[in-house]
Amino acid sequence: MAKYLLLKHYRGAPAAVNDVPMDQWTPEEISAHMRYMQDFADRLEGTGEFVDGQALAPTGTFVRYDGEGRPPVTDGPFAETKDLIAGWMVIDVDSYERAVELAGELSAAPGAGGKPIHEWLELRPFLTAPPTITE
Amino acid sequence: MNEALLRSLTPSVLGILVRRGADFAAAEDALQEALVEAVRVWPADMPREPKGWLITVAWRRYLDAARSDTARRRREDLVEEEPAPGPAPGVDDTLQLYFLCAHPALTPSSAVALTLRAVGGLTTRQIAQAYLVPEATMAQRISRAKRTVSGVRFDQPGDVATVLRVLYLVFNEGYSGDVDLAAEAIRLTRQLAASIDHPEVAGLLALMLLHHARRSARTGPDGSLVPLAEQDRGRWDTVMIAEGVAILQAALARDRLGEFQAQAAIAALHADAPTAGETDWVQIVEWYDELVRLTDSPVVRLNRAVAVGEADGPRAGLAALAALDDALPRHTAVAAYLHERDGDLETAARLYAEAARKASNLAERDHLTRRAARLTQLRRTG
Repeated sequence: MAKYLLLKHYRGAPAAVNDVPMDQWTPEEISAHMRYMQDFADRLEGTGEFVDGQALAPTGTFVRYDGEGRPPVTDGPFAETKDLIAGWMVIDVDSYERAVELAGELSAAPGAGGKPIHEWLELRPFLTAPPTITE
Repeated sequence: MNEALLRSLTPSVLGILVRRGADFAAAEDALQEALVEAVRVWPADMPREPKGWLITVAWRRYLDAARSDTARRRREDLVEEEPAPGPAPGVDDTLQLYFLCAHPALTPSSAVALTLRAVGGLTTRQIAQAYLVPEATMAQRISRAKRTVSGVRFDQPGDVATVLRVLYLVFNEGYSGDVDLAAEAIRLTRQLAASIDHPEVAGLLALMLLHHARRSARTGPDGSLVPLAEQDRGRWDTVMIAEGVAILQAALARDRLGEFQAQAAIAALHADAPTAGETDWVQIVEWYDELVRLTDSPVVRLNRAVAVGEADGPRAGLAALAALDDALPRHTAVAAYLHERDGDLETAARLYAEAARKASNLAERDHLTRRAARLTQLRRTG
């Protein structure tokens, strides 16, 4: 088994085919989209491949250490940030091919006009613990 | 196996162990072991005196642990002083336990976790699941909390207000897992109300019941939020509402108003309206004025602006809103709603979309996005 992170971007991914902001959809299209996402997660739980899914607020803060005895420095949010993560799903699957297959299904979630969004999702393998048997 | 019975006995048994001289943290561990044992043994062999059984087993576990402890000598003195087991008054101990678990030295998350375990009798695993954190994390949070309060004397009177804040936090937690936190908060508040005669305890209990009564109407079949005005009032739990109103009226009659009673009064006025259109907004605004006086909270002022918008029209609501900091959570959502009521759908749609981006939870974000979408659709179709 191998774990993969499916990343959804607010910004930074190539443009989706059906690229219409959600507040321009109809309420029914939004409901259909939500239902698709939920069904997808439920199905992966059923197959034993779901690990976690979370959504993130669009704005955050950059923070760094500023030396002994000083409070951390904060900066941002930056309007010009090119890459902005919207949320993720972690899956635990048997192969890279299976991970790609699932990412493809998630990208087919319906959007404006009830048509698939064809959204680009980023698929990143987790680094694992070293195997016990190496020779 | 009656889990409800077991959990209702938890606080008084723990209180008795501590009164006998057991260190709180060790007593709490011993009781958890006794509860596990009870779950195993009781189905086949139900004791005649369940509480006495729990006290005996937990005390034995406590002594076993104390004997194997490095501080053996100090503890052995204690063993010799062991009082004869027997019936002990439970009510007072229960109350002391609430105070201890909500001690001001604890952070809110620690107080919540400790209350659910030591007063509520939930297992660490259940609490971890309810708050979506790993079990090991929750175990650490609880053991740190126990260390924090370990030096506190058990017979010191505590502050009811801190206990109420903790119970309010438990009730308001949106997550639903294996454990129904809202129902658990109601149970614990009911138990507290039985231990202490205090109008704000009654006020919080009434508030919880009045909100809990609307629960099944609050979400649609697809899990989406249904705002109060659009809820199917036929799905409200009228028995629970009646209980909440009765508790509230008895509390208000004592003329010691507090914020929970005022909040419950607002909830009761909503519950009283057969349709959203028949809501007595004028009285609701008056209660918000009381709440502002009691709390001076910006969130209360924001909710008051909504009520003013209903009582005196959206322009009046917008005027009330203009006096508030626009960085307040939900400020944009309220502005969107008032503009929608005022007929300015273009501004409302833009603000709903903006409010969705600022939302702090998914259900609210989806709800606001849908509102924006609906208005955009309305404008398109004319």
